[in-house]
Amino acid sequence: MGKVKVHRTRPSLDMTPMVDLAFLLVTFFMLTATAVPDEPVTVATPSSVSDIKIPETNILLITVAKDGKVFFSMDGKYHRQELLKKIGERYQINFTDQEAARFGILSSFGLPIGNLKEFLNLSQEDRKNVEQPGIPVDSLNNQLKDWIIFSRMTNPSVRIAIKGDQDSNYPIIERLMNTLIENNINRFNLITSMEQGS
Amino acid sequence: MAEISQGGGGGHKGGKVRVKKASTRIDMTPMVDLAFLLLTFFILTTTLNKPQTMELTMPEKPKETDKPPEVNEKKVVTLLLGANDKIYWYVGITDPKIEVTNFSKDGIRLVLLKKNSEIPGMIILIKPSKESRYKNMVDILDEMNITEMKRFAMVKITTVDEELIKESNL
Repeated sequence: MGKVKVHRTRPSLDMTPMVDLAFLLVTFFMLTATAVPDEPVTVATPSSVSDIKIPETNILLITVAKDGKVFFSMDGKYHRQELLKKIGERYQINFTDQEAARFGILSSFGLPIGNLKEFLNLSQEDRKNVEQPGIPVDSLNNQLKDWIIFSRMTNPSVRIAIKGDQDSNYPIIERLMNTLIENNINRFNLITSMEQGS
Repeated sequence: MAEISQGGGGGHKGGKVRVKKASTRIDMTPMVDLAFLLLTFFILTTTLNKPQTMELTMPEKPKETDKPPEVNEKKVVTLLLGANDKIYWYVGITDPKIEVTNFSKDGIRLVLLKKNSEIPGMIILIKPSKESRYKNMVDILDEMNITEMKRFAMVKITTVDEELIKESNL
């Protein structure tokens, strides 16, 4: 074989604009991304054709798990701290400032008010292992009602959203809606996911 | 390769000073890799996290003194949401002829559209039974949206209706 000398030029491409763009997009997505709060239960929402997006702020989220457990969460760190103080007064439980601060960054929870203090004093790791029994919504002991009333007192512009699991039974949802209606909340949102081509 | 090359590099001022040209080229490949990895990650996570919502306005709790509004029973279509995603429905109140359908496109939607054209000013009563699931409720409300039914109400199921479902054996 004869030696064929291939003239090699190193292919060089100026990637600077592309990199600029990539970083611009990274920055954009990083800033717009909101961390998904970790929830004590995973909920499969039913699908609907509704395409109204849920507002980002002033949301009081009531989660209903598959087994009918009810969880509560509200956004706004300071509102939550205030809420805890108020609900503490109502049930004569004294929450310390430290507990209020912890409650401020807590995501969704589903505990009777009596167990809340103990729960707040657990470490972040231990909290994940706690089996949460759900907030009582019985007619005798409707603590959810108090949570809703006091939330609306702390943040009057709050909107109620129900995030139910598609397999949860209707009676629990009915009880929940009746609780809302009894408190003159006639407008609320049901969180659904996008319809997958039917 | 992504690289920066700076032209010039050391001037030639006063006397010939040979400046040793150190390479100013940095290999940016790992950085770019990382940038794109992050980019992909953020794009994927943001689009997935968008919940929809369905607005629901319930009627106010009736006062004790309020009389229930009177309606022509021939205009009333009752939908009973039963177990296993079944819908039992009938027209009128006295001596109802119960029929069963499902949530598919050819099921309840056709029934609703047909009845709507037959009965002017139709009123729909939705009665979810104890065995029905939350999904059924959302689906039926969705169906109301799709078929553009304006007059519907969610009502508590009565024992009479439960009996009807049992008797129908559908």
